[in-house]
Amino acid sequence: MRLTPEQVEHVALLARLQLGEEERARFTTQLNSILEHFEQLQQIDTSGVPPMSHAVPMSNVLRDDDPGPSLSPEEALQNAPDKARGCFRVPRVLE
Amino acid sequence: MSGSRALNELTAHELSDLLARREVSAREILDAVWTRIDQVEGDVNAYLRQTREVAAAQAAEVDERRAAGEKLPPLAGVPLALKDIYCTKDIETTCASRILQGFRPPYDAHVVERCRTNGLVFLGKTNMDEFAMGSSTENSAFGVTHNPWDLDRVPGGSSGGSAASVAGSEAICSMGTDTGGSIRQPASFCGVVGLKPTYGRVSRYGVIAFASSLDQVGPITKDVRDCALMMNVLAGRDRRDSTSIEAPVPDYTEALLPEVKGLRIGLVKEFMEYQGVGVDAEVGDAIRSAAARLQELGAECQEVSLTHLNYSIPVYYIIAPAEASSNLARYDGVQYGYRSADEGQDIIGMYRETRDRGFGAEVKRRIMLGTYALSAGYYDAYYLKASQVRTLIRRDFDRAFEQFDLLIGPVSPSVAFRLGEKTEDPLAMYLSDVCTIPVNLGGLPGMSIPCGFSADGLPIGMHLVGKPLGEETMLRAAYTFEQSTDFHRRRAQPVETRDGRCAVVARG
Repeated sequence: MRLTPEQVEHVALLARLQLGEEERARFTTQLNSILEHFEQLQQIDTSGVPPMSHAVPMSNVLRDDDPGPSLSPEEALQNAPDKARGCFRVPRVLE
Repeated sequence: MSGSRALNELTAHELSDLLARREVSAREILDAVWTRIDQVEGDVNAYLRQTREVAAAQAAEVDERRAAGEKLPPLAGVPLALKDIYCTKDIETTCASRILQGFRPPYDAHVVERCRTNGLVFLGKTNMDEFAMGSSTENSAFGVTHNPWDLDRVPGGSSGGSAASVAGSEAICSMGTDTGGSIRQPASFCGVVGLKPTYGRVSRYGVIAFASSLDQVGPITKDVRDCALMMNVLAGRDRRDSTSIEAPVPDYTEALLPEVKGLRIGLVKEFMEYQGVGVDAEVGDAIRSAAARLQELGAECQEVSLTHLNYSIPVYYIIAPAEASSNLARYDGVQYGYRSADEGQDIIGMYRETRDRGFGAEVKRRIMLGTYALSAGYYDAYYLKASQVRTLIRRDFDRAFEQFDLLIGPVSPSVAFRLGEKTEDPLAMYLSDVCTIPVNLGGLPGMSIPCGFSADGLPIGMHLVGKPLGEETMLRAAYTFEQSTDFHRRRAQPVETRDGRCAVVARG
């Protein structure tokens, strides 16, 4: 087994997910079976092969820095679950 | 009117001709589509929401402009369904996720702007797997979509609602997205035409991101000509998507020539069998018959092997979840969508509760997988390794295209499977995309066109794969095949059921 329930819990914290007891157990089994399937990649010799990060060779796509219209504060906030005085409001961050 | 068929059963190009000759109005076409939707939508559930007021206004505008003598673009007045992954200004956009419920985008996606400018009429937003993660549309947070050819079966996914809407004549054409097969596989399962363009051919601006190096936008239509007309609307450089390609955009309808003489076509061995396991016999037979048909039409067909395609599934299921885990970090209950309202939470607790309740199981599974693959100590073993094998897959394609103009095979190893059949086994579900995934990894254009039916009357799709920016060759071969067969003319039809309701099931 590659992943223990404790590691699954650690990954869940990194991913800002909260898993229930049952969900953690199920994910541990499922993720292990998926990771086992992935193991076959280790058979392939990839020494000296560059990683492909993009389908089309492109680099440094730049555009002119010309200012244009952007969303108004009202538009940017229109979907916010909680807002105050033109800002997104979140639970306390600093003690 | 074309024969006895109702307006909603015609293709976009047939309607375009009738509109141009002023034999019908956009309003009449729209009414015919609403009539069908009222009949069968209760059984199919292709739409998450219909936009009847928007559509009425768009159709009225097209009719007024035409009455005033204005020359309009070919698809002006044609009703279109949009996958709920496209941002539509002021129209709710959820990506079939609870976490985006109620989200009204303040802007349109690039392709939505293009469709508006071209006078297409917006019927509504179609159902999909949550955040496009799935192959059956069963991962939607808002209910399943049924395949119009057999209501007990899935329409495929993730663009299942878009494919089902066209197959059930509840839309004339639709828009999907394709990260690992999400346009082609549902098009195949629903017996319609679906095209995934070359990566970068169509702007992704305003398309909710799943895996950014794989996602691509494309049409689902009733025939190949409609597909070419839609590509004329969609393709082109957009400065708001830095990955969009500068190359000039052809008139894709000019590629529609019934001519494949001398075209070199490779039948991909690894599409016919993955790691030694063959596709279903009926599917394999239909593809071999299709290859023979192309040969009769003058093409040169030969089998070709691309060995690294045997590693497509692990490569994809490392790269796509890794990119998704990063893209989906933005759903944190702060800027839009759902937020857990529990009292007394700290901010990390709020994030975790929000994401726990907002995301469905498959989305969480992929976020977990991607987060793990990118986490300290595992990056080289998973993400880097997968990206290197991705290079090897692309090299296999490049080598094959030195010898062939086009590659073909099945779109999926089976016809549409039954609802619930694969929901308990994520790996089995992942394997249903085995033929389509390599094409996204390579960034190549791919297409599904109807090429047969199973003994049960379920559609089978042929997969065509082109060189980068080889959409025209692909469309020409697809058109030639289509015009020599009549698979694309069969439609799922509504029938009166015993309890007096209407259901859509295949006729003939």
